Amino acid sequence: MATQAGNLLKLDTRVSKRSNMLLEQSTAKPRRDKVGLGAFAFLLAEIIRYSQNRVLGIQDLEAKMNEIGKRVGIRVFELMMWREKSVHRETRVLQTLVFINTVVWRALFEKQADSLGRSTENDDEYMITDNEPAVLKYISVPKEMSSFSPGAFLAGIVEAIAECCQCPARVTSHLVPAEGMPLKTVILLKFDKEVMDREKRLDSGK
Amino acid sequence: MIHSVFIINRSGGLIYNKNYTQQVAQFSSNEALIFAGTFHGIHALASRISPALKGSATRDLGIQTIDTKGFRLHCFQTPTGIKFIAVADLLHTSLVDVLSKAYRLYCDYALKNPFYNLEMPIRSDMFDTMLLQLVQEN
Repeated sequence: MATQAGNLLKLDTRVSKRSNMLLEQSTAKPRRDKVGLGAFAFLLAEIIRYSQNRVLGIQDLEAKMNEIGKRVGIRVFELMMWREKSVHRETRVLQTLVFINTVVWRALFEKQADSLGRSTENDDEYMITDNEPAVLKYISVPKEMSSFSPGAFLAGIVEAIAECCQCPARVTSHLVPAEGMPLKTVILLKFDKEVMDREKRLDSGK
Repeated sequence: MIHSVFIINRSGGLIYNKNYTQQVAQFSSNEALIFAGTFHGIHALASRISPALKGSATRDLGIQTIDTKGFRLHCFQTPTGIKFIAVADLLHTSLVDVLSKAYRLYCDYALKNPFYNLEMPIRSDMFDTMLLQLVQEN
């Protein structure tokens, strides 16, 4: 019995030593823990396929992807607050947007989002544009579903982070194919009324 | 110059075909399906009648090229039994490299696309574009 337990113990340490390389990296080293894009593409494709059989329509599917993205976003936010020593929690709209545009995008995709802009029509609408979202690289939306935007997953991540920054917004994503950029995605944030009111109060208080 | 590309799934069904020039006969969709089925059959036949080469996998047997006076048809079979076929002019002696690149595109842009159903025709804009790019490079 005793020797058996001893063997097991030995085996355990060996296993953990080997997996040390991949599985037991410190959470604090953001540069090293990369995930293969292929592996992630398969996972995301399977999530979409799985959800597709459990929804009523395209809008429902987008809502579901949004919901899944949100769950990711909440966790990503927490991780980033802990990991990035230089950032602090933003509460103003503009700073939140810049935070998403740079810090969040860099942590997730190793690059900044391609542009950040304000809608010309509505003051409470902002847009984050990514010309080539890496996670959507292999996705081609068929014609009969052309209104579906696979970026709903990204929109969910952004929505969760905006909410965590006390700037709740309704976030939607839109596929805007451009020349040479078939997956160009615009993420549209429409901030809640309270947020805009608070912004005004804070601005006038200066 | 590559005139056209066909992809045949492991049960002999046509899952992709595209013409890139006007120089080959334009198949109707029905004719293309018949071509795929027939080719699948004679490919299987060819691999059965070829004298067994020791140590070579079944995928190395069967038809690799069909030569005619005006064009050459190249076939590349993957270990999983999918056939990539290209019809090209006689200047190309081997298109294995190109067709295996097409195989990679299939793995990336068809299999990782959530809207693709296995063994069904490939309808993916990204796949179309990437394959067109590949064909134009050669």
